[in-house]
Amino acid sequence: MLEIDALATCLSTPACLVNQTTSGLIIGMLLFLVASGVTLIFGVLHVINFAHGSFYMLGAYFAFTVYQLTGNYFLAAAAGAVGAAIAGIVFERLIISRVYGQNVLMQLLVCYAFILIVDDAVKIVWGAEYLAMGIPAEFRLPPYRIAGGFVPPFYLFLVAMAVIIGLGSLYVVTKTRFGKIVRAAAHNASMVSALGIRVPIYFALLFALGCALAGVAGALAAPVRSLTPGMGLGILVESFIVTVIGGMGSIPGAFLAAIILGLTRSIGSVGFPLFVDGAMFMMMALVLIFRPTGLLGQGTLR
Amino acid sequence: MTLLREFRRDIAIAVVAFLVLLAIGFGIDSPWPRDFLTSIFAFGLLAMSLNLLIGYTGLVSFGHAAFFAFGGYVFGLLLQWEGFTSALGGASVPLAFVAALIGTALYSLVIGAICVRLTEIYFAFLTLAFQMFLYSVILSWVSLTGGDQGLMGGIPRPPFLGIDLGDAHHRYAACALVFVVCVLIMRIVTESPFGYTLRMIRDNAQRAAFLGVNVTRVKLICFVVAGSIAGVGGVILALFTSGAYPEWAFWAQSGEAIFMIMLGGLNVFVGPLVGAVALRILNDVVQMYTSHTEIVIGLVILFVVLGLRRGLLDFARDWWVDRQQARLAAANREGEER
Repeated sequence: MLEIDALATCLSTPACLVNQTTSGLIIGMLLFLVASGVTLIFGVLHVINFAHGSFYMLGAYFAFTVYQLTGNYFLAAAAGAVGAAIAGIVFERLIISRVYGQNVLMQLLVCYAFILIVDDAVKIVWGAEYLAMGIPAEFRLPPYRIAGGFVPPFYLFLVAMAVIIGLGSLYVVTKTRFGKIVRAAAHNASMVSALGIRVPIYFALLFALGCALAGVAGALAAPVRSLTPGMGLGILVESFIVTVIGGMGSIPGAFLAAIILGLTRSIGSVGFPLFVDGAMFMMMALVLIFRPTGLLGQGTLR
Repeated sequence: MTLLREFRRDIAIAVVAFLVLLAIGFGIDSPWPRDFLTSIFAFGLLAMSLNLLIGYTGLVSFGHAAFFAFGGYVFGLLLQWEGFTSALGGASVPLAFVAALIGTALYSLVIGAICVRLTEIYFAFLTLAFQMFLYSVILSWVSLTGGDQGLMGGIPRPPFLGIDLGDAHHRYAACALVFVVCVLIMRIVTESPFGYTLRMIRDNAQRAAFLGVNVTRVKLICFVVAGSIAGVGGVILALFTSGAYPEWAFWAQSGEAIFMIMLGGLNVFVGPLVGAVALRILNDVVQMYTSHTEIVIGLVILFVVLGLRRGLLDFARDWWVDRQQARLAAANREGEER
């Protein structure tokens, strides 16, 4: 079960260390984007979007199709984000807004229904078998050599994009007028609406922003992961572990926890391949027992 | 024996229900009703035990099928282990059943101890996370569980006390008995003072705590009882299919169980059972027309949740209460006029 030797050899050779760290960062950044969408929506609307993984999947499939049609990856990534955002607005307006403030059971059930419908729809449109996009033409360059390890240029692009988008969404929520209105509405919706602001539109836009984050994560994942209906659930569970460890509602916390989890996954796959999932759940259980608000979360559990 | 006296009506109903089930299974000369009902026994126990948590205690678990799968796998693995069956011979089936029950109880005790302290959303997601953990263990531990193929090669069922579970009629009768006993246990749990403590926690946990109820402990006991009964459901399904499959531990199984509860009705004791039957029939009917059952089921869920906003039996009960009240009001008005 434990492969201490392999782990020790890997940790002492710079090449292996670099390779595992970069692949860990890739996993971590994708998780971070999805988790920050979950945490953003929860922080403001107080609903857990159990269907968030579906938007990740939709982003990946939209990007796949646009890339096949145009051959331009940047266009494809944008399409993934915009497509997921539009799907998010439709989902929010038609379904989830009807269960705001209701008990978790209702929220869970409508999300379950949405996941079933979207997974089946994806099967109808794109087929049930695995699809692979491959590294886009723009990034088919020789990998960089860092301390003996190979780092594909696309990986650097992925990490950079995730950091920029994460900082951007943090800026939008904390500094802009839009962010201030949304946070005020989260605090006291009737007061804000009495000031002449259409609160439902702002809630829908915030929901769309969260879904766009998942969509862009899917688009970024498309070249390095295979696409399949149902791919959303795995990342949803992991991104929830990230939000629990980082602290609900905290984007910096999600960033920290996502990196920890990504590195655990990539280095763990060398040292304890069968126990990687177990290690993640153990970390979550420890955080819940000793620091239930999460590493960087404030306030009380809701 | 006060228990017997207090619940004599429920016990009588259980005995009658068992006899009716036997009459259906043995009277109709076709395997179809037996097979249909056996799968209802399994999924009905899953849904009804989940309703102990959701409907009675207000704990919305999204990972209840983990215990269902756990019970089925423990039962199947023990009976497939030659050392176990050859050492115990005829006693191996009942002992495997007891072991599966105790194993599931311990497993739900561990998961419950971590989860029940948490509030709604965290609870729902953590139970889901632990279920997905079990699912990934089942998939990756191929040498023990057979991975995505499930437990293959059938489960041996050595006869005991003249009961041969390899025989379809014996198996059906045994499953029916186990099912009826479990439902009776749940009835007693929900109608006892403990059951009313659960309702009090659901309605106002803080108040229950002020009245001296150890809320965490009561929730944990309920979680273990519900998990164990779900495990029994898994044992029935393992007996029925002569195997165990990883899909039982998949998240969609929990989602389905939640929908059974919602479809049948949260606030009526047999609601989840009605939901299990309704969903099963719906599934079979839809499958006759299209292979894309999930879209149709998804739309039905949206209709029930956003349209009816309650289950079938809840709907019927509300309609009945409204009618009674309207009649009473009408009678009162007439009295005043006279």
